[in-house]
Amino acid sequence: MMTELILNKNGAPPPLEPLIYELSVPGRVGVNLPAPDVPLADLPADLLRTSLDLPEVSELDVVRHFTRLSQFNHAIDIGFYPLGSCTMKYNPRLNEDMARLPGFATIHPLQDPATVQGALALMYQLQEWLAEISGMKGVSLQPAAGAHGEFAGILMIRAYHLANGEPHRTKIIVPDSAHGTNPATTAMAGLQVVEIPSDANGDVDLDVLRGVCGDDVAGMMITVPNTLGVFEAHIKEIVDIIHGCGGLMYMDGANMNAMLGVAKPGELGFDVMHYNLHKTFSTPHGGGGPGSGPVAANEKLLPFLPGPIVDILEEGDDETPPLYGFVMPEKSIGRLKAFWGNFGMLVRAYAYIALHGAQGLRDVTNHAVLNANYVRAMLKDTYPMPFDRICGHEFVCMGHWKDAEGVHALDISKRLMDYGFHPPTNYFPLIVPEALLIEPTETESKQECDRFIAAMKEIAREAHESPELLHEAPHKAPVKRVDDVRAAKQLVLCCRVLPEGEGEG
Amino acid sequence: MTYIPHTDADRAAMLKAIGVESFADLFDAVPPENRFPPLNLPDGLSEMEVAAELNSLARANVSASDYAIFLGAGAYNHFVPSVVDHILRRGEFFTAYTPYQPELSQGTLQAIFEYQSMMCMLTGMDAANASHYDGATSLAEAVTMANAHFRGKRPKVILSPGIHPQYRAVVRTYHQNTGLKFVGDKGSATIPDLVDMLDDDTALLVVQYPNFFGQIDDFTGLADAVHRAGALLCIVADPIALGLFKSPGEWGADIVVGEGQGLGIPLSFGGPYLGFFATRTEYVRKIAGRIVGETVDADGRRAYVMTLRPREQDIRREKATSNICTNQGLMALAACVYMSVMGKTGLRRVAELCYHKAHYAAQQIDALDGYSVDMSKPFFKEFVVTCPKPVSEINEFLLEHWGIIGGYDLSRDYDKRENQMLIAVTEMNSKDEIDSLVEALKEAKAPHLHLSHEH
Repeated sequence: MMTELILNKNGAPPPLEPLIYELSVPGRVGVNLPAPDVPLADLPADLLRTSLDLPEVSELDVVRHFTRLSQFNHAIDIGFYPLGSCTMKYNPRLNEDMARLPGFATIHPLQDPATVQGALALMYQLQEWLAEISGMKGVSLQPAAGAHGEFAGILMIRAYHLANGEPHRTKIIVPDSAHGTNPATTAMAGLQVVEIPSDANGDVDLDVLRGVCGDDVAGMMITVPNTLGVFEAHIKEIVDIIHGCGGLMYMDGANMNAMLGVAKPGELGFDVMHYNLHKTFSTPHGGGGPGSGPVAANEKLLPFLPGPIVDILEEGDDETPPLYGFVMPEKSIGRLKAFWGNFGMLVRAYAYIALHGAQGLRDVTNHAVLNANYVRAMLKDTYPMPFDRICGHEFVCMGHWKDAEGVHALDISKRLMDYGFHPPTNYFPLIVPEALLIEPTETESKQECDRFIAAMKEIAREAHESPELLHEAPHKAPVKRVDDVRAAKQLVLCCRVLPEGEGEG
Repeated sequence: MTYIPHTDADRAAMLKAIGVESFADLFDAVPPENRFPPLNLPDGLSEMEVAAELNSLARANVSASDYAIFLGAGAYNHFVPSVVDHILRRGEFFTAYTPYQPELSQGTLQAIFEYQSMMCMLTGMDAANASHYDGATSLAEAVTMANAHFRGKRPKVILSPGIHPQYRAVVRTYHQNTGLKFVGDKGSATIPDLVDMLDDDTALLVVQYPNFFGQIDDFTGLADAVHRAGALLCIVADPIALGLFKSPGEWGADIVVGEGQGLGIPLSFGGPYLGFFATRTEYVRKIAGRIVGETVDADGRRAYVMTLRPREQDIRREKATSNICTNQGLMALAACVYMSVMGKTGLRRVAELCYHKAHYAAQQIDALDGYSVDMSKPFFKEFVVTCPKPVSEINEFLLEHWGIIGGYDLSRDYDKRENQMLIAVTEMNSKDEIDSLVEALKEAKAPHLHLSHEH
């Protein structure tokens, strides 16, 4: 058995859990399938595969294996998860049940629209709600994640300029505090990134911005509140400067949890933005997706939305509901994925908005911002803060002290694990050294915030008095610090060997 | 109602600690003329009211739970063992995020590593990533990878007309500004026709397996021809078909992508699904998206971690070839659990059931007066039926009178395929359902029957 071999090598401790392949026993079957109820057809012998190396395990093996694996994870359901920029709020169980209703979970995307009017009504209503919340004119639910929505938005900006006979507008301005997706999106859309610095207060440097503006600018991408957790002090001026040179404004909506009912991007002057339904509207993060990144546009960019989108084909009246169907926006950038979007996520977001209503969403933002400012206020005498000002739904502090030089943000992050907390986002935003980006979210109570504050203060004390506790952390996680350098140097991406004739020839 | 736990006393104490009087004071930085706009949304509802509203919307749909379904075309009504969703519903999995902190994410990381390993075995490739959004975007990323591999010096991509029409549309959306030229898919080019298009400008040739019409093309010699031209070969594959048929690796593919929905993921009106992506070792460093690798912890214990991170957008920024961040992690877990429980023999059984049932259905339909089935090539679980009247009319009849969701109307995408229906048969279709379909098609042909039900 492979497991035993590993045990014997160098006296290393055994793996937390064997690989599913290591549990495999030849001849064991985990699934119960029916016999064919039709006459058998001839199989084309020369086209068949001769081997398929999948595990042979029982259903109970599978349940135990994945249950044990699950226990090595931290998750919102287990504890506080203040991962900045990710909005790790509670995922309501109602929404899980709703997405699994047979009338949603077992409808085929290519059915005649007349047979899926319930699903289309839901999508249409969600488009309308997201347009209202953003102050935009229309929404496409196609993008499958925030980065996908960004890509849509930048393609739309490019298509707009091409339609106006301005192909020379190829530059997208991106602040240095931006998420990495912003510059990557720009490059993916075939445009050039112009990075501009932030000033001492964490705001866009307006003089530098004016300096790079010209008739080659396609637009600007900016996050509101920005990734440093602060509302840009001069957002309207920034919008005016970009519009003044003929560019368009893109808002990265990753931080919309600080904006619900507080300000509408469309009213601030943005032309296009994306939402992250898996952040703001609580669809589960799933260990790295699925997400959903609807893109919202004002009147100018409405015809360029990715499609198809849902529209009313025939108005209803008191007795008949409207007839919904798919339409392609007039000058659409095209289709961004097969079918219509991550529909299961749309059902969950719909349920979330329906439950909250206008006041509930405003309360969400109020309490998300309250929690972030409370934790910030309680930690500001312990952790250096680059900006001493009211924050949005998250704030950045520095995980490093001049009188405890050996300790870094990473050490603090790993030590937090011993106290039962997931670490904040570390080393982002890039422009703050030793950054710890902390986002509590509104679903954490004052008591939970207090426990986190106490742990952070205790860790600060340890950093000065017994730094080795931090350097060797985590002590209580399922594994000790993981060697990522070795992973990259000695690449092992697959635990099996391909049969002859399939792998490298 | 909401999920906010704060009491009045909490709020008062917290505002005081911050040093402000009210919530409103927290938003002074927002321009006053835009601050606190009214939101024109309905009032919030209780949990039971939301449930009632959504139940009512769900009931307004015709679903595969209540109707026999023969519609495929890229999304299939395959069997999902109960165990799959029970694992997905564990909060430890679905309420976690991207495993940035490996010490607290070994569950997710090991599951992805196992998923990658199984996808390698299924496709015959050396390495797979943690997923893309769906089959279509996975193909778009394959094109990006090939373009990056040749540093943009081979601007031509050959697409088979047998690739899913929506995938081809997505590839064009992705690459509308990258200067690539897509050829091959506008007519009815065969595999040899595609080979004739190869030249020094070609970066990638893409075929689908089985093709959009359900047929298994013989790819003998294809990879050699592509490689002789210095280009790469990408095969878009159906993962259930790979339970039975030669792996794309055996056919000599360099990149294998596809839609993983069949591997334990419900139809769910088109998403969330699972884009899989696998390739050979030499291209591993050019893969977009998350990849998990094996390593050890400080004690030498085996552990897993996201690796080759410098390829990714959060580190490489504008030099990254893709902006992908959040992918379809939970769907990859579903596929991992599905393949574990199906195992070596189960997946083959599922594929054989599809094959036999589809062939039975094809023969019965072909025997009907007025209908013919193209059985000129081997096929798997889908086939093309030429019907005596427009597909939309037949489908309306099937639904209203027989409770059957009919096949895909190929005239939606192909001008020359009027009256052609793409029928999908999976292990979920019983012989009784198939016999009903055959009977229903027979009746659908009779013009008087149709006319008598005209609204």
